[in-house]
Amino acid sequence: MSAIRTATRLYVLQRLTAAIMGPLIIVHIALIFYATHDGLTATEILERTRGSTIWFGFYQLFVISAAVHGAIGLRSVTNDWITDRPAALNAIMWGTGLLLLILGTRAVIAVIAPGAA
Amino acid sequence: MALSQTGHRRNALWTAALIHRVSGVLLALFLPLHFLVLGLALEGEAALGSFLKWTENPLVKFAEAGLVFLLAVHLLGGIRVLVLENLVWRDAYKSAATVAIAISFGVGALFLFQVI
Amino acid sequence: MAKPKPALNVSIWRGRTDGAYQSFEVPRQDNQTVLDVVTYIQRHLDATLSYRFACRVGVCGSCAMTVNGRPRWTCRTHVSRVTDGDDTLEIGPLGNLPVIKDLAADMRPFFEKWQKAGGKFEASTDRHAPMAAISPDGPKRAAASKAIECINCGICYAACDSVRWNVDYLGPAALNRAWTLQNDERDAGHAARLRAVAADGGCHSCHSHQSCEAHCPANLNPTESIAGLKRMTVQAYIRGELEAEVE
Repeated sequence: MSAIRTATRLYVLQRLTAAIMGPLIIVHIALIFYATHDGLTATEILERTRGSTIWFGFYQLFVISAAVHGAIGLRSVTNDWITDRPAALNAIMWGTGLLLLILGTRAVIAVIAPGAA
Repeated sequence: MALSQTGHRRNALWTAALIHRVSGVLLALFLPLHFLVLGLALEGEAALGSFLKWTENPLVKFAEAGLVFLLAVHLLGGIRVLVLENLVWRDAYKSAATVAIAISFGVGALFLFQVI
Repeated sequence: MAKPKPALNVSIWRGRTDGAYQSFEVPRQDNQTVLDVVTYIQRHLDATLSYRFACRVGVCGSCAMTVNGRPRWTCRTHVSRVTDGDDTLEIGPLGNLPVIKDLAADMRPFFEKWQKAGGKFEASTDRHAPMAAISPDGPKRAAASKAIECINCGICYAACDSVRWNVDYLGPAALNRAWTLQNDERDAGHAARLRAVAADGGCHSCHSHQSCEAHCPANLNPTESIAGLKRMTVQAYIRGELEAEVE
């Protein structure tokens, strides 16, 4: 894989996921304020999310974007402040991305799938 | 003895960029924990509910306000970068950076005020 | 008789990357630049001090040094503007570069990166061709003209933390020059240069701290130029034009 295209591809993905998450975060923050304004309970959260296709779409998109964005971001920070060895950089990038993707998708399933009482 | 060569950092935009970077790292570290908490719902509503009870502790509320601040400041800093890299340059971007940080503090403070 | 001004307490870096600051007392004058101070020390106090200068009027960039932690043209920095009433001055070589001796930094890495970024005009015709008819008002020429006055003094390079943190990063000056050439319609090297600035250590390593723009004595804006290069590389990438060179 060309190093030139890789560097550009990482840049494009970073900016693209940032642009995608912009509106998602605004909704998320607004939701946080709305949900917490009279105390936050699990019932309230799950009532909204359980079985909802829209919230599934919203949160899964958020998870995928955050996983990609966070992975590439940490790669940059590591390159600047810790090491510039490509093996280490790629390990951190893939490790972060997969961790966030797996835990995130699990969390989405947890709040969307109709579940235990 | 070491050379003293970091005076160039005394400017608002550099500080904004550093806050953007540090907030990103902290958010990346926080996110797995956030996902794990939400994942408690897999064990049922009660599991998530009892965790949320624990978060009513004021110290936790304070930390949550901090997280809201991090999210807001990272978002606004990111918007600065996207605008700067893709739109026509304006000198007003300099002061916009300071305003963005101030707004983020406001958002975090508002959250704290609401939940405490 | 006027009250004599207090002398300046000047700390000057001596040595190479390993070294120490050495103190000197320099008489204060009314219109005194930091270069005047360094010159005074070398001529009257310590002839072994090494430093660089040429024009002394702010057009060559040779006298760039670190003054109280910030990179500046010493010939255009009045002492009164940097001493803040406490009569102390700390002067060192330009940052992010190896030190040859005392106040003279080794500019070779700076110029090597300039070349690596494709900072050289590639001719597309010869002297027998008619003059290229390029309007100074066209958007490309205007973009190039805005960034063209760089005299390679190295101040932006010294002020850049991405340079400091990322050893491969080509730096603001080299990328700024690449941007002017990418906007030069007479230049024939666009494709190769775009590859050079899209590689690791190229324009994508800029995180828009804007320290370069804040410190450039010629009021140039490398951050803006680099943003332009980022847009160019993304467009080329999307159109599938950013092909790797055949090894």
